[in-house]
Amino acid sequence: MEDIRIGVFICHCGTNIGGILDITSITEYTKTLPNVIYAADNIYTCSELGLSEIRGKIKEHNLNRVVVASCSPRTHENLFRETCHEAGLNPYLFEMVNIRDQDSWVHMKEPEKGTEKAKDLIHMGISKAALLKPLEKIKVEVTPSAAIIGGGIAGMTAALNLAKQGFQTTIIEKESQLGGNLRLLNKLYPIEVDASKLLEIIDIIERNKNIHVITSAVPIKVEGFVGNFEISVKEREQISKIKTGIIIVATGAKPLIPKGLFRYNGKSIITQLDLEPLLKENKLVAQNIVMIQCVGARNEERPYCSNICCMTALKNAMIIKKLNPNSNLVILYRDIQVHGTTYEDYYRKARENGIIFIKYSSDKPPLVKDSIIEVYNELRNQEINIPYDLVVLSTPLIAHEDSTTLAKLLKIPQQDNNFFLEAHVKLRPSDFATDGIFICGSAHWPADVRESISQAYAAASRASRILSKDTLEVEGSTAEVDIEICIKCKICTRMCPFSAIYKNKEGKIEVNQVLCKACGVCGASCPTGAITILHFTDEQILSEIASCGGEF
Amino acid sequence: MEENLKSVLIIGGGIAGIQASLDLAERGFKVELVEKESCIGGRMAQLDKTFPTNDCSICILAPKLAECNRHPNITLHTLSEVKNITGEAGNFTVKMLQKARYVIEDVCKGCGDCEVICPIRGLPNRFDTNLNSHGAIYIPFPSSIPLVYLIDDKKCLYLNYGICGLCVKACGAGAIDFSQKDEEIEFNVGSIIIATGFDVFDATLIPCLGYGRINNVVTGLEFERLICASGPLGGHLVRPSDKKEPKKIAFINCVGSRDINYNPYCSSCCCMYTTKEAMVAYEHDNEINSTIFYIDLRAPGKDFQKYIKRGNREYNINYVKAKVAKIIEDKKKNPIVIYENTKTFEIEREAFDLVILAASMIPKKDAEELSKALGIELDHYNFFKGDTYHPQVSSKEGIFLCGACREPMDIPTSVLDASSAAARATEILSER
Repeated sequence: MEDIRIGVFICHCGTNIGGILDITSITEYTKTLPNVIYAADNIYTCSELGLSEIRGKIKEHNLNRVVVASCSPRTHENLFRETCHEAGLNPYLFEMVNIRDQDSWVHMKEPEKGTEKAKDLIHMGISKAALLKPLEKIKVEVTPSAAIIGGGIAGMTAALNLAKQGFQTTIIEKESQLGGNLRLLNKLYPIEVDASKLLEIIDIIERNKNIHVITSAVPIKVEGFVGNFEISVKEREQISKIKTGIIIVATGAKPLIPKGLFRYNGKSIITQLDLEPLLKENKLVAQNIVMIQCVGARNEERPYCSNICCMTALKNAMIIKKLNPNSNLVILYRDIQVHGTTYEDYYRKARENGIIFIKYSSDKPPLVKDSIIEVYNELRNQEINIPYDLVVLSTPLIAHEDSTTLAKLLKIPQQDNNFFLEAHVKLRPSDFATDGIFICGSAHWPADVRESISQAYAAASRASRILSKDTLEVEGSTAEVDIEICIKCKICTRMCPFSAIYKNKEGKIEVNQVLCKACGVCGASCPTGAITILHFTDEQILSEIASCGGEF
Repeated sequence: MEENLKSVLIIGGGIAGIQASLDLAERGFKVELVEKESCIGGRMAQLDKTFPTNDCSICILAPKLAECNRHPNITLHTLSEVKNITGEAGNFTVKMLQKARYVIEDVCKGCGDCEVICPIRGLPNRFDTNLNSHGAIYIPFPSSIPLVYLIDDKKCLYLNYGICGLCVKACGAGAIDFSQKDEEIEFNVGSIIIATGFDVFDATLIPCLGYGRINNVVTGLEFERLICASGPLGGHLVRPSDKKEPKKIAFINCVGSRDINYNPYCSSCCCMYTTKEAMVAYEHDNEINSTIFYIDLRAPGKDFQKYIKRGNREYNINYVKAKVAKIIEDKKKNPIVIYENTKTFEIEREAFDLVILAASMIPKKDAEELSKALGIELDHYNFFKGDTYHPQVSSKEGIFLCGACREPMDIPTSVLDASSAAARATEILSER
């Protein structure tokens, strides 16, 4: 039998853990636990100093299991696994114990109990560590081509970048032509260039040999996994299949039609989007124009700020003022959202050009009457009447109705108001948690043209990290079926959220190891106990329960 | 030579430079990452928590720093500055000046034995916004990467007077090398990304706000260090004048921003980070009440409105629309904020225990020098000038921009911007 030699590293995380729990007593306790050869504390185990100590102690004490008690495996497990690997230890012989997120942070006001809990958690981790088995990561080949869902400015930009990098790219567009919302616009802020100028990219795309465009088409089925997706696309009545290494979601969003709000009628009371063609065709006849911001946004139903509406209103007001310097333009706003240098400059220019800004409050919204708007001017504490012959409502971008269908097809999450949810809001804004799927443009959050283009390049950058590799390594911890015990009831195949477990041609239940995320649903639902989740075996989990006093 | 042209120079090792480096390195290109300071991490390493999730900043940054340091495709040049660039997209020649560290990088273990013995004390630690001090041999913060000490050549007794040398004896590894000289290094790259970030506006330039004169008026960045668990106070928040725990805190937004006398632009992040700082203060002590003085509450990013609402409902944060006119001090050293209440038109005088100024994000002071060395344009504020609809594209082919060096921006936007610049650099390298 293998001689188990465990090294335990207990992290202070500055004062995040060390300022609350009694690390000295935890370390002393840890030293008394079975199989523990070495135990010590560090200020930051994840610092280069901490990591080199792990590497050093593995060699010095011939450790064959490593336990780190610190923050959370969510952010740090990979780093510590890699460190073990560098010291010659199989990365799966590492176990992480969470004594910060699930202990010191929640028990800030009861540090003694927190300290006792940390001891139990470490005891559990050590019991599991003793039973860990080495595993290997699984290698998969990569199809070096890309599929982009949505042919607006974001999708087109991402496609062009990937094509220039030499990857075959397919754009799947729902409408009959490329261009998306950009087709509906007259000019773009902040330099009032014609929207058609940016649509010139369509020609470039159509001429690029690496790009294949399918219009009037939607994905109806997505199978496979990172490096090897297969998308079934329905193009009118025809169904074709696309093999691709990655998928970029660039389906955009659409402006809210403000039915029932501020007496919207599409004639004298219109939206910013209705205004665009009027300006393009020079058909605007109005002298007194009032714009109302946050129509249907920043309320209970849609609590978010749509990001682009303030600049859109400023732009259209500036264009009108230029066409007709005698026109009266009033913008009723709550907060002017123009961050950064260029947009703030634009706002200042609008004020200098005589556009009037009046701040209203959400509890006293403007009242649109037949020829005047009654509004409470918050900054002057005054009710005022503004005559109008045109009211323009600035409405938010909202998610497409079919975004939920796409979310289900791709198994990607959505959040409030059906925008797609990225893997990590700060550090992985272009990735989904599902490997190989990326996001850009307004499908993620309302974005203007400049932001959509930036995001498209970012998504392409993230995608190219995968496409440039011949093979990828995926997680070695997966489900395993013991076909001797399996009764082929197929409960697991119905339960698996990743479609990773299925009945093969020989009628046996099989796991696709690449798709499997080791979530454990199949194992928990198997009536005969035929399924084992590697790295989370029954034996390992029961040993953890036993070591914190559990009985079974 | 051929090989070198498949590489990218990245100037600046903050979150933007790090993200661009990692993307390109994973894409298979070589990266020369040049950082002026002795370690990478930039501004993000100085922050306590980050909005809108309130994750601990260094905790989520540290794995990326480590990855950057260990990645076989990334070469890290710290204490280094780019002096001159010649050539064109696809083939640039870079001249870089690497300052002497006086500690051999490959030999130093970062143990700190030298630091303990160094007789020089009390040099202000810039990483801790001068709230803390270090000796003549030091690292800026405990999880610095690379974890290699450096010697302050202006203060070291040996380098200036030829005496002392205690660190040489203390260093078991033999890492101290006083004979090191600044070195000029030349290499070739195919493309260049600038990610030099931003400086913080000097709030003493607005004398009526009392910064520098009134002890209990601090900047946002100073507050990050004050409240940070790994900061000089160990995360126990007290105010500077008398070390009392503050209960009533004011945050003043747009200090130097949206102000034609100083910086007419919006610094993009302050509405959100003052909210975050007020939340973190409340988490430290539930008796803390905060007031945030703002012009417009700008929160257009993902989940930002929700964040502000949460601050208001759950963290005792009061938002007041007002441009603060003046801050004075009472006898108990309490700052008194004077502003016009926009609801009543009354001039209000309100005493606080501590006031935090959200000082503008301004262009790096050496932006002009670097722009000349690279032959690229700055905008009218001295930020690096990008194309209107392709803001990462500089005025010179093959040179790209990302992060706050081109416009003030927050962390998520900088990360995105960095990946975006990386993709553009990839186009240049793929064409050849």
